[in-house]
Amino acid sequence: MDTTKTGTLAVKRGMAQMQKGGVIMDVVNAEQAKIAESAGAVAVMALERVPSDIRAAGGVARMADPLIIEEVMKAVTIPVMAKARIGHIAEAHILEALGVDYIDESEVLTPADEEFHILKSEYTVPFVCGCRDLGEGLRRIGEGASMLRTKGEPGTGNIVEAVRHMRKVQSELHVLCAKSDDELMAYAKSIGAPYELVCEVKRLGALPVVNFAAGGIATPADAALMMMLGADGVFVGSGIFKSANPEKFAKAIVHATLNYREYPMLAELSKGLGTPMKGLEIAALPSSQRMQERGW
Amino acid sequence: MNRVGVLALQGAVSEHLRMAARVGCEPVPVTDAATLLGCDALVIPGGESTTISRLIHTRGLARPLCYFAVQKPVLGTCAGMILCAKAVTESGKGPEPLGLMNITVERNGFGRQVNSFETDLSVTGLGSLPAVFIRAPYIKTAGPEVRILAYVKNRAVMAEQGTLLVTAFHPELTDDLNVYRYFTAKIQPA
Repeated sequence: MDTTKTGTLAVKRGMAQMQKGGVIMDVVNAEQAKIAESAGAVAVMALERVPSDIRAAGGVARMADPLIIEEVMKAVTIPVMAKARIGHIAEAHILEALGVDYIDESEVLTPADEEFHILKSEYTVPFVCGCRDLGEGLRRIGEGASMLRTKGEPGTGNIVEAVRHMRKVQSELHVLCAKSDDELMAYAKSIGAPYELVCEVKRLGALPVVNFAAGGIATPADAALMMMLGADGVFVGSGIFKSANPEKFAKAIVHATLNYREYPMLAELSKGLGTPMKGLEIAALPSSQRMQERGW
Repeated sequence: MNRVGVLALQGAVSEHLRMAARVGCEPVPVTDAATLLGCDALVIPGGESTTISRLIHTRGLARPLCYFAVQKPVLGTCAGMILCAKAVTESGKGPEPLGLMNITVERNGFGRQVNSFETDLSVTGLGSLPAVFIRAPYIKTAGPEVRILAYVKNRAVMAEQGTLLVTAFHPELTDDLNVYRYFTAKIQPA
């Protein structure tokens, strides 16, 4: 009897567990993907444009051209992720058909649906979603996300929003786990989270999926900071290939993420990296340009 | 109490530490040679084999690991199995294996993530157990001193050579302790 099952919770969440302690890098072509792989990235995110360029270009940002995704898939042996617009069921099916290893239902792209997210439990391919707080994270897990990440503010090179979101999730986890069982329904209601998942978090004393940091990581110190705040790993978008020396930056961020408590090593890694990507002040961004406010 | 080290560079480290504790051993995260020497057995976890391999070499852990493996039990799961191998097919840009066990392995041997699966696996001496395969490798060739313990889809996915044990799947992602008990039974009483 064949008992083989694909797309199970263990298979989908397990894939993200194998990425822990690692760095996932945004790339726009095969050449960048190879640089990322040889620097020690645990996966790459294949995109048409990195977030800071999406920001600069304006207009509607969509799923990348499948040719770019296939080019990246051929170039490396590490997992390849790709982004679908929030609620864009068709883009998600197309990415699954291409054979990508993970889909990011991402606020970096222009949302296709301003009310509903993708029902991610219906797919064999696993999904990662962004969240700013525990309620948002548990709603995404409820829809079938197998991995979470902070939203941060993508393409800004400014870490402040990722810090805010990671702090919020960690602090709400502490609050939830300290509650008695008879308080959980009211707490679930107050944060807008599915009750069953609130109970599961209390039982586990932790989220049932891994939670990475994303959105604004520009230096090795930024990556180390997010790990210190409890991230399981980091996504770096524009930070690497918008810096003066991408190879050096990529390696330094990988080592800083893995050795985030080894301060003398962090000091060495931070030396002479050249100019990091140019950063943006969040307060200077009008609300309409804040990607983190996309998602419901 | 036996001290089971888990190579803590990248990947499913906390899951293995928890499993070691569940079979009554003291779990020890290992990031340097000194800590490694204080362990009675070592687990090389799943993760990205290329990443873990690079870190082993940059941290100067390759020789201490080889030295450890000839004296004490080592369990390699998924990426850990790749690192234990003598050679990896389609090598070059990929991981540099440690050559602890006389096997060659094929990375991502069952396809990409959408082909990842779980199944009830029949293991020699352990019976049927749940096994989770994630972008898993398989054992392509094995020397005469290697004993193959399980097959899936006609491919060898678990093997032992003396006190070395490797699995293409992830025993740390299930509640089944059989693989762990089998592994820790290889530890010599002090």
